[in-house]
Amino acid sequence: MVMNSKKLDMLIIGGGPAGLAAAIKAKESGIDNLMVIERSEELGGLLHQCIHNGFGLHYFKEDLTGPEYALKFINKVDKLGINYLLKTMVLDITPDKNVFAINSENGLIKFSPKTIVLAMGCRERTRYNILIPGTRPAGIFTAGNAQRLINVEGYIPGDQVVILGSGDIGMIMARRLTLEGAEVKAVVEILPYIGGLIRNEVQCLNDFNIPTFLEHTVTEVYGSDRIEGVEINRIDKNGKKTLSTGRYIKCNTLLLSVGLIPENELSIKAGVEIDQVTGGPIIDENMQTNVPGIFAGGNVVHVLDLADNVSLESEIAGLSASKYLSGELHRSHKKIKVSAGKGIRYVVPHYISGKEGINLYMRVSNPEENATLKITDKFNNKIIYEKKFQALKPSEMVCTMITEDNINLINNESGEIIISCNKKE
Amino acid sequence: MNIKKIICLGCPLACNINVEINKDEIMRVRGAKCKVGKKYAIQECKEPRRVLTTTIRTTEADRPLLPVRTGDSIPKESIAECMKIMSKKIISPTIKAGDIVIENISGTGVNVIATGNLFGSEK
Repeated sequence: MVMNSKKLDMLIIGGGPAGLAAAIKAKESGIDNLMVIERSEELGGLLHQCIHNGFGLHYFKEDLTGPEYALKFINKVDKLGINYLLKTMVLDITPDKNVFAINSENGLIKFSPKTIVLAMGCRERTRYNILIPGTRPAGIFTAGNAQRLINVEGYIPGDQVVILGSGDIGMIMARRLTLEGAEVKAVVEILPYIGGLIRNEVQCLNDFNIPTFLEHTVTEVYGSDRIEGVEINRIDKNGKKTLSTGRYIKCNTLLLSVGLIPENELSIKAGVEIDQVTGGPIIDENMQTNVPGIFAGGNVVHVLDLADNVSLESEIAGLSASKYLSGELHRSHKKIKVSAGKGIRYVVPHYISGKEGINLYMRVSNPEENATLKITDKFNNKIIYEKKFQALKPSEMVCTMITEDNINLINNESGEIIISCNKKE
Repeated sequence: MNIKKIICLGCPLACNINVEINKDEIMRVRGAKCKVGKKYAIQECKEPRRVLTTTIRTTEADRPLLPVRTGDSIPKESIAECMKIMSKKIISPTIKAGDIVIENISGTGVNVIATGNLFGSEK
């Protein structure tokens, strides 16, 4: 039974860096009747467990830790008097934008907002997403879960650790565990290169002399009650383990840093179309999804490397939702599809509906040196944009700005532009 | 002449910097895209320094840890000693983000400061 029903101008789902940035931007653009819904007991999301520095270098021009970065947004939310509900879980969103949420104080709550900003973030891939063979003992954690245990709850998961995956969280946990007295016996990466930012390779792995095995993966887990060890093996280009390279590593903990998945169960219920590559909603440059009035920002759209970019993209979502409410967000132009071509894994946004300059965020498929990014008009194969890069890595998001002039070069008959990464000839 | 290759930690761009050293003297710094990078590379050759972030135990059972950082970078050499000092410290819930938790840790001249509040935001 629905206990009460609330009419709102804007409902923001998620109180992490994405949701807060969207809410602040919306409130500053004059939207008062808005609400942020957060499932945990405080605002700020995962930033509270990210106690390391490196946040805010772009956004605030300051080197902040996760909690400090979160606090800047939380203080602003309080100062602006933005309404939020904590310990509240959104259960359902209907395509006509009715939202059902639940908490222990109010029971079931129905919201009927005019616009919704999806800001649910992402979650970690687990052992079952990557199918690691072996027994099923205790002691296998996702890296982010271990991060929460160590930095917030005050528990060390184990003292002999193998980390599978060299994403940023994995490397940061290698340093964190070493500082707390654990022995990190290996960081194991299936790809021929480190998965996260180079700065983390330097300050988390190299600084602490942590053994790193590239082109390797865990091929067996040993132990019955608690994990006792893992076998790692070299993996060839076809993804098969090479014989006679097996190595047994004794450990009592295995951390998995094997990727993140945007959390879009609610988006799908609302009828939002999902890009199978990013795992997030298909959006235009206003961060609007295919459902009019539903916007999305941050890691729910595509997994970003930096919280700063989460904030920046979500501000666009908040601002666009405000414009939608005031009727300023009309599509006066033809929608142009933005496609990933050769060497590009994905590009966001998926559509351009206006004529103003915008940022394109993309990931390359493979590491490339001295490469050129080209945007080609599919209609007449004309190049509308070109930029050279010294080095491009799949682990580092490429952000490039295309101007109004570039967009004006697109032929009126064209419906699609293609971005490609081209090696030097 | 030696060339020391340094990857800058100043920002996520991670510039590749070459420092040309002749008999312990830095002759030239190349590859840094900004002033921070040049300064970092020179410091990294003389005495590597890092900002240390960790947690300190509190008296509160439901919030057992408070995140902290060194107010500035400290010598890499003193990281282990600083961790040891901080592992013995227990702090009260009155500490707020930005407050000094330990002054001049391990003689580095750098203070340890709280980076979070124990109970939510400042109201």
